[in-house]
Amino acid sequence: MLETVPKEESGVVESAARVIDISNLSLTFETSDGPVQAVSEIDLAIEGGEFVSLIGPSGCGKTTLLRVIADLETATSGKITVNGLTPSEARLERAYGYVFQAPALYPWRTIARNIALPLEIMGLSKGERKDRVSRNLDLVNLTGFENRFPWQLSGGMQQRASIARALAFDPDLLLMDEPFGALDEIVRDKLNEQLLRLWNKTQKTVVFVTHSIPEAVFLSTKIVVMSPRPGRIHDVIDCGFPRDRTLEIRETPQFLEIANRVRHGLREGHSYAD
Amino acid sequence: MPTERAKPYLLQRLAGGNAFPILVVVSFILVIWYVAAFFMNLDLQRDNFANANQAYSTADLVEGTMSQERPRLPAPHQIAQEIDKTVFEFPPSSKRSLVYHGAVTLEATLLGFAIGSALGMLLAVMIVHAASLERSLMPWIIASQTIPIIALAPMIVVIMNQFDVTGIVPKATISAYLSFFPVTVGMVKGLRSPDPLQLDLMRTYSASRLQTFFKLRAPASVPFLFASLKVAVAASLVGAVVAEMTKSEDGGFGARLLAGSYYGQTIQIWAALFAAAFCAAMLVTLVGMIDRAVSKRMGYVR
Repeated sequence: MLETVPKEESGVVESAARVIDISNLSLTFETSDGPVQAVSEIDLAIEGGEFVSLIGPSGCGKTTLLRVIADLETATSGKITVNGLTPSEARLERAYGYVFQAPALYPWRTIARNIALPLEIMGLSKGERKDRVSRNLDLVNLTGFENRFPWQLSGGMQQRASIARALAFDPDLLLMDEPFGALDEIVRDKLNEQLLRLWNKTQKTVVFVTHSIPEAVFLSTKIVVMSPRPGRIHDVIDCGFPRDRTLEIRETPQFLEIANRVRHGLREGHSYAD
Repeated sequence: MPTERAKPYLLQRLAGGNAFPILVVVSFILVIWYVAAFFMNLDLQRDNFANANQAYSTADLVEGTMSQERPRLPAPHQIAQEIDKTVFEFPPSSKRSLVYHGAVTLEATLLGFAIGSALGMLLAVMIVHAASLERSLMPWIIASQTIPIIALAPMIVVIMNQFDVTGIVPKATISAYLSFFPVTVGMVKGLRSPDPLQLDLMRTYSASRLQTFFKLRAPASVPFLFASLKVAVAASLVGAVVAEMTKSEDGGFGARLLAGSYYGQTIQIWAALFAAAFCAAMLVTLVGMIDRAVSKRMGYVR
């Protein structure tokens, strides 16, 4: 596994295939109060192995954009491909693992059986399921909790279990919608580090929605700053930290500089008139 | 120290547990019952003494009202004696045995409950998966429960008899008619209980409708289903008893109630009523026990 990691400095894996290609994408929801434009004229390309954060205030359409990639919403206009396919084709090929804001574990399944859920649906053999469950439990440091029910675990552990579930069928693309939003700062730091290590180790492509600036700067190779009403991309910032970065980089001037640029971007994009 | 605390602790436990409040209510009911029995049977008892030209004291009057053969309201101990006699003195094969009649009723109840629950679940699955079926079926399902079962039962028996369907099946049909409804309503609610996130998750896996049903909707509906089954099993028993009043030649609690009211055997009526209530309570308890066992396995019990 390790020898396949390409040597690079920029944080972007070179010569990687384009995973997500979005051009001029818009989505309008029809509500009882009339149409609401959730995202407007989005152009975005994500290469394989990147860690891209979508950041912005609530209502900027970052979750909607992620859901369009996952084929949980359908764009009203514009073009989008995932692995060169339409989102719906990509979903049918099980191209991505999705981590929701809440753990969304099924309460009647033990942790192990929750993680096995996608494997059951995809028809893996019992032996293979057991194997992958224990491997992914280990990956998120939950070994020993396989026979517990979700309510017996803390919020952070539940969210880790939901990450293990998304990783269980080994998708190359990971879509994460504010997965650590409901957790406290210390747990969040820890999970951020774990996620980063996992990303570095597995070479997966991650699209990560957040509204925390430090989280976005720490995790990403690319930060997409979005602004609300209608949701659109305000700025795209490249983050050149090495892939095996640690929490210490948060004290470096480079980190603060990027964080400042993100903050400025958010401020400019936010209209205080409304 | 322990001896000092023992007494208030025991009282506390009694007051905090289930037994104490229930005992209080039962004693309260018994007192009211005895008083009511005295006053309701008083006129008849006075007439009896007068007809026999017998002088009587208040004590005689009290005793008399509590031991009539056909009282307007039998005293609790008379009902208890009747139950004791009809349960333990006759062999279960005898038509005078309450155990015999109980078995007849339970048979129809259980068959009706099985049919009703299966039908109820089937309807719920259909309704959840086809919006057009909800619009077309639901009004009829609700309308079916607005018709008094007592009016419908004889017609079901007569019609089925026309097609040579006799014996337990017509009774079970009436029992199922009453029990499918709570199952349908509860199960529809249960099958729709998964939140959007849980459903989105299935979509991200490109799960088929069948997989979504068996891995998400069905397990999510289990707590709702058991709540409905408890109501349904009691309704099944009511249905079976009503059916037996129409079709009394086979026996059963309903037949006992009917015979009792023909011959003014109030004690027999009350005994059958209590036995039926006891059976219903046992059935509900049994479903409750299965519910707890399943819930524990499914991690719903904390």
